[in-house]
Amino acid sequence: MSKLALTIDGKSIQTAEGQTVLSAARENGIHIPTLCYHPRTKQAGKCRLCVVEVEGLPGLRVSCSLEAKTGMVVRTNTEQVIETRKMIIELYLSNGKHNCLACEANGACELQDAAYRLGIDKPAFPEIPKDKPYDDSCPMIIRDMNKCIQCYRCIEACNSIAVNDVLDMGFRGSSMTVVCDTDKPMGKSSCVVCGECVQLCPTGALTEKKAVGKGRAWEMKTIKTTCGYCGVGCQLDLHVKDNRIIKVTGAENTAPNYGSLCVKGRFGYDYVHSPERLKSPLIKKDGKFEEVSWDEALDFVAGRLTEIKDKYGPGAIVGIGCARSTNESNYVMMKFMRAVIGTNNVDHCART
Amino acid sequence: MAGLAATLGAGAMSNSIGEIENCPVLFVIGSNTTETHPVIASCMKRAVRKGGQLIVADPRKIALTRWAARHFQPKVGSDIALLNSVMYEIIRNGWHNKDFIENYTEGFEELRKAVEDYPPELASKICGLAPEEITELARILGTAERVALFYTLGITEHVTGTDNVKTCANLQILLGNIGKESAGVNPLRGQNNVQGACDMGVLPDVFTGYQKSANPEVRKKFAKAWNMDSLTDTEGTKIPAMFDGMVHGDVRALYLAGENVVMSEPNQEHTINSLKHLDLLIVQDIFPNETTEYAHVVLPATCFAEADGTFTNTERRVQRVRKAVEPPGQAREDWWIVNGIAKRMGRDMGYTSSEQIWEEIRQLTPSMGGITYGRIERQGLQWPCPDSSHAGTCFLYCDNVFPCGKAQFRPAQWRPAVETPDAEYPFVLTTGRRLWHYHTGTQTRRSAGFEDIFPEELIEVSPQDAERLKIDNGEFIMAVSRRGRVRVKAWVTDRVPQGLCFMSFHFHEACSNVLANNVFDPVTATAEYKACAIRLEKDKIKTQRHGGTEKKW
Ligand code: SF4
Ligand code: SF4
Ligand code: SF4
Repeated sequence: MSKLALTIDGKSIQTAEGQTVLSAARENGIHIPTLCYHPRTKQAGKCRLCVVEVEGLPGLRVSCSLEAKTGMVVRTNTEQVIETRKMIIELYLSNGKHNCLACEANGACELQDAAYRLGIDKPAFPEIPKDKPYDDSCPMIIRDMNKCIQCYRCIEACNSIAVNDVLDMGFRGSSMTVVCDTDKPMGKSSCVVCGECVQLCPTGALTEKKAVGKGRAWEMKTIKTTCGYCGVGCQLDLHVKDNRIIKVTGAENTAPNYGSLCVKGRFGYDYVHSPERLKSPLIKKDGKFEEVSWDEALDFVAGRLTEIKDKYGPGAIVGIGCARSTNESNYVMMKFMRAVIGTNNVDHCART
Repeated sequence: MAGLAATLGAGAMSNSIGEIENCPVLFVIGSNTTETHPVIASCMKRAVRKGGQLIVADPRKIALTRWAARHFQPKVGSDIALLNSVMYEIIRNGWHNKDFIENYTEGFEELRKAVEDYPPELASKICGLAPEEITELARILGTAERVALFYTLGITEHVTGTDNVKTCANLQILLGNIGKESAGVNPLRGQNNVQGACDMGVLPDVFTGYQKSANPEVRKKFAKAWNMDSLTDTEGTKIPAMFDGMVHGDVRALYLAGENVVMSEPNQEHTINSLKHLDLLIVQDIFPNETTEYAHVVLPATCFAEADGTFTNTERRVQRVRKAVEPPGQAREDWWIVNGIAKRMGRDMGYTSSEQIWEEIRQLTPSMGGITYGRIERQGLQWPCPDSSHAGTCFLYCDNVFPCGKAQFRPAQWRPAVETPDAEYPFVLTTGRRLWHYHTGTQTRRSAGFEDIFPEELIEVSPQDAERLKIDNGEFIMAVSRRGRVRVKAWVTDRVPQGLCFMSFHFHEACSNVLANNVFDPVTATAEYKACAIRLEKDKIKTQRHGGTEKKW
């Protein structure tokens, strides 16, 4: 693909042909805020927060849908641009119940972030009171439509990315709101709880129920890893605080799932911290399990295996590996059976 | 996987997840993708949005059919008859890819002869589709520019599983849908690291990367790497033979790493009886379960969030697993435990990190030689990736190069399921998974919210059968096979056609594997989970009705 050159904020940059001004800027580390645009849902043309000035073009231009052209001179931080953005954010803030103190999204909210970067301390307009339904009918997701800025990301996520066809914009005028199916509570709708909509929602309108009150974004570290459920092998980020997984999100920008997850990968993590986990080696003595040390357990196993091998030969010992454990652990199991026991009697449960 | 190894050479998904979205025609057979591989199902649905044609062949009206251009509903266990007949029609109409067959395949004549016995009129009697439907399916597949075929356990979990897989491969070879993008034969792996466990040689006949243990050169190479004089050439046993061996006293000790066999193996009674015969049962797992009860020693292991290492996904991509939290109590990574036992048996393997183990693996495994932790830090790599400058392989058999020289047609004959319905057991039971749960339920049932959505097992019964037997939606009934009986609530739904019932094995209170038949594919030893005969009985104890069954996928 051929490259072209343009100037943004006095910096000359290169970008691929067909790119938008927004992508060109972001690729080069120039921040332009967006609320409706997301790399995976693309432009929606709703929020107009990404406006910029372009030399030779009248007025302000929406950068998420403006194709970059050779020689273009773009400014992303003129007074007019900043004032316009402030106005947009202030309108959003007055148009919903954006009580950041109590909001789950605090610290991970793109609306809050934009307000912060623009230096808005108090909304200029009075808050228009709203009392749209607070929908907690789904065991995993809370919907608070009073915080919705109608950016359409969730609708795109549900219909064009996950293709579950649940969400749509319903009603008109000031009652306009996102609905599930024919305005059913989420928990009674055809929603399959994949959580794609939550991941892409820029505000606290959609949040993970199980994470409520468990920690703020800045208190958690994220560790990227691979889902432990099915063979798709989705890449995910575990959000961890005090040695506990608080929530899980899909890792953006990487194969094979590029941010998408299903209900199990996104919400099926609590078992990790279940009090029922096995915590100590156990040996059955007189029909009852007793907790023992690793030394005792491993001595016992090694001793018994050696006895059986000596008495009946290595063929009397069989090993079954685990299709959920790592490659490394499976390899060591395989090597143990072949090299230490001396048998090819090794298999695992799911050959298919 | 043996079926793919025999026909194409590699036992793995030939193409990649990233290509699905661009498939012009997707043929999904025996895969309830929206529930078993939801993220891949989304790729398929996006393909439909882009104009792709989705063709589903499944006995049940699975959710994916809502996005399908055509849904064919063959009877359980009739896949070979159906596909052979489709190939019969393809050849009769000259839709096969003659160039490809001529230049890159062997065995076309045998295939042509074998499928001659399956004209649509005849196959129709076996698979239950009208002859015209078979012809229609043949036309769709035969005249498409390219077709990607996807299957899951609906194809493999039969006594004819290997033959079913070969038949799928035959079809794709016949059409030349191999060695190109957005095509191929694509098995979707059920558990997160089944592909990896196979790749690592946790199989009786191969070492890592499918290097045969029968080959003396291979044994020599591994013996040398492991500082041994030699490695045994005695053939190993597969799981079903292991269990039979326990009963006969040939097998005295079982080391079981992370598999709840009492729940997951068919014919629960036989499994338990076998375990009781053992002198030593070592179970390594993360939870106490139905199997640990029979153990002599239980070793606490780590789960995915507590271990470092790699998993290999269904598209052959080796990806990093990273430790995010400390394991509870004394729980340890599997390799640490095994190494501890080895050390006490006089062979310390000397491992201190998963990366050190991976380095050993890749040096012994040509197809993964180029994959290092450093290279997969940001994104995984797909094998084959022989050296450090290789970018990995999206789709196999590019330029029509096959590990076995040419692609091999391996014709197969249809055989009925071992147990077919009769007067005493008039229903076919097929088993599988549900979106809301996983495997034997140990993980999802201990995660908040899942039981709120899907609290208990339900047996799917067709409205016609329910009416005839006077079974209400949500009523407890008894499902009875020759091997056991299960009390379970009925879900009356047109997801299943008349004569067919469906259950999962996620709930120990009502586990389908009490009923499933422990008969196995002769090559892979995979059990026939997908077909057995049962009868339904009214439960004597009257029970309260179950509400809200409207939303189950
Ligand atoms: S959770 Fe998934 S299916 Fe449910 S509304 Fe959100 S995107 Fe749609
Ligand atoms: S719920 Fe969130 S993603 Fe959906 S329209 Fe509202 S703010 Fe946007
Ligand atoms: S998130 Fe869902 S689809 Fe992805 S690997 Fe996990 S279980 Fe599979």
